[in-house]
Amino acid sequence: MADGMDALGGVTVVEFGGYAAGPAIGKYLANFGARVIHVESQTRPDGFRLQYPPYPSDRVGVNRSGCFAIFNDSKFGVTLNLKNPAGVALACRLVEKAQIVIENMRPGVIDRLGLGYDRLRRVNPSLVMLSTSNLGQTGRYATHPGFGSQLSSLCGFTHLTGTTDGPPQLLYGPYIDFVAVVFGGAAVLAALDRQRRTNQGAFIDLSQYETGLQFLGGTVLDHAVNGGVEQRCGNHDTLAIPHGCYRVRDERWCVISCWDDAEWGRFCDAVSRPDWQTDQRFGTASQRRRHESDLNDAIAAQVLGEDGTVLMLRLQRAGVHAAVVNSIADLFSDPQLAARNIWQEQVHPEIGRHHYRMVAYQLHDSPGRVRSPAPCLGQHNDHIFRDWLGVSTQELKQAEAAEAFS
Amino acid sequence: MLLAPYRVLDLTGPLGFMAGRVLADLGADVVKIEPPGGDPARRTPPTVETAVGPQSVFWLTGNANKKSVVIDVSQARGQALFRRLAAKADFVLESYAPGTLEKWGLGYVDLSRFNPGLIMVSVTPFGQDGPYRDFRASDLEIMALSGAMSLAGEADGEPMRVSVPQSPMFAGLEAAMGALSALAARAVTGRGQHVDVSAQVAVMAAVSHAPAFWDLNRENPGRAGTFVTGRTLTGARMRALWPCRDGWINFIVYGGAAGRETNRQLVSWMHEAGMAPESLLRMDWENFQVPPLTQDDVDRLERPIGEFLATLTKREFYDGVTSRGMLGYPVSTVADLLADPQLQARDFWRKISLDTEREGTVPGGFAIVDGERLAVRRAPRVGEHHEVTVEED
Repeated sequence: MADGMDALGGVTVVEFGGYAAGPAIGKYLANFGARVIHVESQTRPDGFRLQYPPYPSDRVGVNRSGCFAIFNDSKFGVTLNLKNPAGVALACRLVEKAQIVIENMRPGVIDRLGLGYDRLRRVNPSLVMLSTSNLGQTGRYATHPGFGSQLSSLCGFTHLTGTTDGPPQLLYGPYIDFVAVVFGGAAVLAALDRQRRTNQGAFIDLSQYETGLQFLGGTVLDHAVNGGVEQRCGNHDTLAIPHGCYRVRDERWCVISCWDDAEWGRFCDAVSRPDWQTDQRFGTASQRRRHESDLNDAIAAQVLGEDGTVLMLRLQRAGVHAAVVNSIADLFSDPQLAARNIWQEQVHPEIGRHHYRMVAYQLHDSPGRVRSPAPCLGQHNDHIFRDWLGVSTQELKQAEAAEAFS
Repeated sequence: MLLAPYRVLDLTGPLGFMAGRVLADLGADVVKIEPPGGDPARRTPPTVETAVGPQSVFWLTGNANKKSVVIDVSQARGQALFRRLAAKADFVLESYAPGTLEKWGLGYVDLSRFNPGLIMVSVTPFGQDGPYRDFRASDLEIMALSGAMSLAGEADGEPMRVSVPQSPMFAGLEAAMGALSALAARAVTGRGQHVDVSAQVAVMAAVSHAPAFWDLNRENPGRAGTFVTGRTLTGARMRALWPCRDGWINFIVYGGAAGRETNRQLVSWMHEAGMAPESLLRMDWENFQVPPLTQDDVDRLERPIGEFLATLTKREFYDGVTSRGMLGYPVSTVADLLADPQLQARDFWRKISLDTEREGTVPGGFAIVDGERLAVRRAPRVGEHHEVTVEED
């Protein structure tokens, strides 16, 4: 294969909606060469543009949101007023030339706009359409509005985070959206393959709630069969002992886990406490488990003065599971992420020089990359409608006069 | 089904289970390759009792919809057999430490010689190259290096992971996306390729937009326990998790159209209960914005709300938000999930057979495609499909 060929070259994706759950899927596809067109309107820009920090120097602006940017790199941005027939007509022409439509409006809304699957499949019979929503397209609560930061609680994630005797802990941002994003991404890519082979379209109804539950499948089965109440358990584990998070120098933290007595022995040697191996409380896994609180206190006291990175490297060299807890800032200096070129710089016309995150998979012969900064609102109207779609100047003028782009 | 023509050979351990699971859910023929005696991860606790003895709940859910054959790929005979199967397969999934398959003559270069269309997907904690590639890492270490732990837990307490391992889930799912992206490339070129997946990076999806705070403004987001941060320009934090009569509720004061409607509805609900103070009844929700709020503003707003939420059960709150069109959800336990009317209305839960008499409840297929929910078949017993799969080739 020719190096640099795009895995998803020639694939066009049209996105309706905003925030993370829909658009983040398009970002993955765009990184591998799909032409992804993010549709917003001047009157209703993507909700992340104006409602969510950060903004450079805290100055809010429709093209200045770092939150919008991080989910929309490598895409084209257009504006269409979808409450206007002229806008809907142009949206249909985009869909006619697309392979995939992704939308994450509240169930029912896209149909009312005249862009539901039943309408769009007449425009493009082999279309793959993904509707991703909080609770699915059907069912008594389907149209209930909601955000991922709260759906992560309905789904059980917050109940299962925190210490056993403490309150549940919130997960950052719309956690469950990112679960739905990777399921949705896999589903549209699978449907794209069937489309290529058979010309068959597909409609995928993705409930973010139901995708989140896939991540807890084992816990559900355990509860359903064995009964009892599943508990959050901090950083405790049923197999490894120790298995914890310990404060080190400079307000940093380091996690350490030992999965058998041999690894525990290597740990004791590496922190110069060979005596722990013969300590009545710590010698064997069952002894350590009986004295887990003492064990964690002893380790905490032992490593408190250490530099986290030095400790991690020393333990890893000795064959012990260990890692520093990267803060968000640390992610930008993590040598492993640097080696994978995860943070890729772009110059955005209003945000300036900043970074986008490359995804977790890399294709050896058709590598993905961040291709361009997130679009400004309506930035690519001319390019997409005139140059790519081939709408005539006169038609564009008429559409403009009909306020299709507002 | 979507991926019906494809065969997948699945050599993965727990970090890669979900990759093959998702491809199987989407209709691919996924064959789990197990060592003699079965995958040791079948015995990882917690377990449930089945016709073939105790089996790990994570194994049973991570390997549903797959077949099983027994091949010892660490021995020459097994390697020869595996090569024969790989010559006709579309995908090989693996999660061995980097370099392991090469040592056995089963690396991408070896296998693609006989099958140029083969797509090989390697799922490891940190990827095939780089300074950490040989690090030992379980879920705990991956969660730590992804940044996710720095955002969970009390502000003055230790960073936390989710008690149920999440990194194998994110890693497996991105591996499936990588596999299918390579399939799209193969459709054009006829050639497969090697896909390299980093679990550390996969989990980074879950830190959301937090990196943008550092990148743009050199602010380092942290954890805040039951509070949500990063929503105000003043740095004020807002409560998200509230104690209620039988557990916890997630309610956040939002701006925006949905938030303003929520706030109006909440105040009228509180008013019906005789618990809405003047200050809330007089609020101008039409012009309400969250970003400029100070901590004092937030505290004044939240105090009566907390008093009201404390009088509700989780179910009363769920019924209330859904009937009133408000944002917010209860903090569910598994028992709550199994009783959720929305999941029941969508016929979500499925039963898998454990032995001749008993069944266990598991999540149904992750999507509804063309009106039909993706199917879930129970995970295979060790070598259950050995004859059909190996003999037919």
